[in-house]
Amino acid sequence: MKMKGTQVLIECLKAEGVDVMFGYPGGSVIDIYDELYKSKFNHILVRHEQAAVHAADGYARATGKVGVALATSGPGATNTVTGIATANMDSIPIVVFTGQVPTHLIGNDAFQECDITGITRPCSKHNYLVRNPDELANTIHEAFHIARSGRPGPVLVDLPKNVIAAEIDYDPAKIKINATKLSLQPKPSSKKYVQLLEMLRAAKRPMLMTGGGILLGKATDELRAFARRAKLPVTSTLMGLGAFPGSDPLFLGMPGMHGTYFANMAISHCDLLICIGARFDDRVTGKIDTFASNAQIIHIDVDPSSINKNIVVDLPIVSDAKSALENINRLLKDNNYTATEAERKDWLDLIESWKKKAPLSYCQDGKIIKPQCVIETLYEVTKGKAIITTEVGQNQMWAAQFYKYDDPNTFISSGGLGTMGYGFPAALGVKLAFPDRIVVDVAGDGSIQMNIQEMATAMQYNIPVKIVLLNNGYLGMVRQWQELFYEKRYSNTDMTFQPDFLKVAEAYGWEAFRATTPDEIRPVLEKGLFSNRPCLMDFQVAREECVYPMVRPGASISEMTLGTREMTN
Amino acid sequence: MENKKENVISLLVNNKPDVLARVAGTLGGKGYNIETLCVDVTINPDVSKIILTTIGTKATVQKIEAQLARLIDVIKVENLTDVETVKRELALIRMALTADSKSELIRTINKLNCKILTFNSDHCVLEYRGTKCEVDKVLETLKPLGIDDVARTGIAALERKN
Repeated sequence: MKMKGTQVLIECLKAEGVDVMFGYPGGSVIDIYDELYKSKFNHILVRHEQAAVHAADGYARATGKVGVALATSGPGATNTVTGIATANMDSIPIVVFTGQVPTHLIGNDAFQECDITGITRPCSKHNYLVRNPDELANTIHEAFHIARSGRPGPVLVDLPKNVIAAEIDYDPAKIKINATKLSLQPKPSSKKYVQLLEMLRAAKRPMLMTGGGILLGKATDELRAFARRAKLPVTSTLMGLGAFPGSDPLFLGMPGMHGTYFANMAISHCDLLICIGARFDDRVTGKIDTFASNAQIIHIDVDPSSINKNIVVDLPIVSDAKSALENINRLLKDNNYTATEAERKDWLDLIESWKKKAPLSYCQDGKIIKPQCVIETLYEVTKGKAIITTEVGQNQMWAAQFYKYDDPNTFISSGGLGTMGYGFPAALGVKLAFPDRIVVDVAGDGSIQMNIQEMATAMQYNIPVKIVLLNNGYLGMVRQWQELFYEKRYSNTDMTFQPDFLKVAEAYGWEAFRATTPDEIRPVLEKGLFSNRPCLMDFQVAREECVYPMVRPGASISEMTLGTREMTN
Repeated sequence: MENKKENVISLLVNNKPDVLARVAGTLGGKGYNIETLCVDVTINPDVSKIILTTIGTKATVQKIEAQLARLIDVIKVENLTDVETVKRELALIRMALTADSKSELIRTINKLNCKILTFNSDHCVLEYRGTKCEVDKVLETLKPLGIDDVARTGIAALERKN
């Protein structure tokens, strides 16, 4: 059937099951926007292209589906780069379409031309410049396939204006994606799992460290079954929070720089560390030489290039988390293996003693709100059932530490790239996917200003997200480093000059409330969270509160400061 | 510290415009220099072969290989460093001629097994084929006789499969 390139695009999106797209129009994509208008495709007009990509990313994280964003050529395309790099670092499946000048003008410095495939080559999983209209449909489907297969990631498809305007002979039955390589599923030998079971049987102090790979691989149930059957304590990286219930007694919280004392102690003292779907990021390992130095390490990851990258392991298994855990659980069952209480008692008692010695804590006294108290109250008021997105910095760490995530995909945060300005647009994507859930962006006063323009988007489409603003008038995390490592030289981190956030929110038509004393925390949350309108809650918090525990950069994770006291081994 | 050495990596890739940039970017982005590079299409016109050499420790080169294998357009990655292979490089060498140097040059060329491709009163272009080491040696020998310019292909390598 003959149809226009823009129609082919819409047909392909429908075939891929895309139900919403985030974007911003411009000259090179005006034909696509005309087609969106005619086909009534569900499109959310953001106020900045970066937000379109973050919203698509948030949607993808919450649903497990591929998120889609659209931007015009040139500046529209370059504005998507931070969003693409964010998704790339966290392995999030998104497809970003960008407009491009007509093929005969490419390379001529045409108006709003830029080499976006060249720019995004190192920060995307893959990208395409479609030069031939006949390849349009195949390329789009291939892009979706690549985005979601193996270790997921962002794929950019650059669409020259003449390609999308061309008349194309479109036949969905003829679509053929060149995916021989992509369809290869790693199949580790069954001997590896037998070896894993032997190592597990021999271990006295085994534990699990899990990451985003569990959520991306939809392996939550399998993980829980394995951990419970083998009675393994579980620590989860920031990216994996929610995969194992935060309120489960076997859960240890995060490891690493701002991990819990007991998670870091457990890693330092365990004799078997089974790592699934995490990549031993430097914020997790601290000093590499001393990380889990008493343990044999098993690393299960879908990406062979992640294995032996930072940490040399004893048993590498290249597999997606779900099939690996299914194999392990089957093997445990076939061998009638269940860890006994007695066999784990010493190890779990030791961990319990660490938990008692240094639980996550803070001191809420006096008239000044402690940010941790806001998060803890948020947890209580929402009964742990909200989906939390975060910005980056102290707000992100407190949201990770003091809210307990019992369900997968309920903590949504830019872990790898650490993108300020991520949480709010991501929350819009999440709320569109789950209109019945309370969706809260935990923000700082620095990062909220990086994409605050999206308040308009929330109003235009009636997306009632909530912003919990931990307002300390500083770029808090950098200030914390300046306090601890730069003798309190607060170079360019004081942001006392700020707008009246309530007035900003109200100007956009939002509800807005402020809390200045601890007894106002709960009433403000109760007023703000349950209404059917977007709402900003400004919590004026202690200005110089630090995130603890903290492992100094370059130190071993067993050497932590808790602020008031140093803790080691 | 583990020793750094020259590694020969052979890649089969899709024959597409930006594939070389992806491969080069993967190495360059991690701070590795490509010492030699040899690219051509294979007997299958959709597939190209890239043979490159880079200097690094075994552990690092393994990481590079894993990163390269991850690229969508890379079909196969092989490290030929410790494999029984035939390795060859071709050099084109243009010599500047003077009345004094001519006879000495011809004697040397015959000794070195170079092929003369063009020869006129001012310049001659020679072809030499051999291992990288041999090419280096020939260039060293010719240097005092007045090398005007050199073009080298980079190493081509193929497993022997005994």
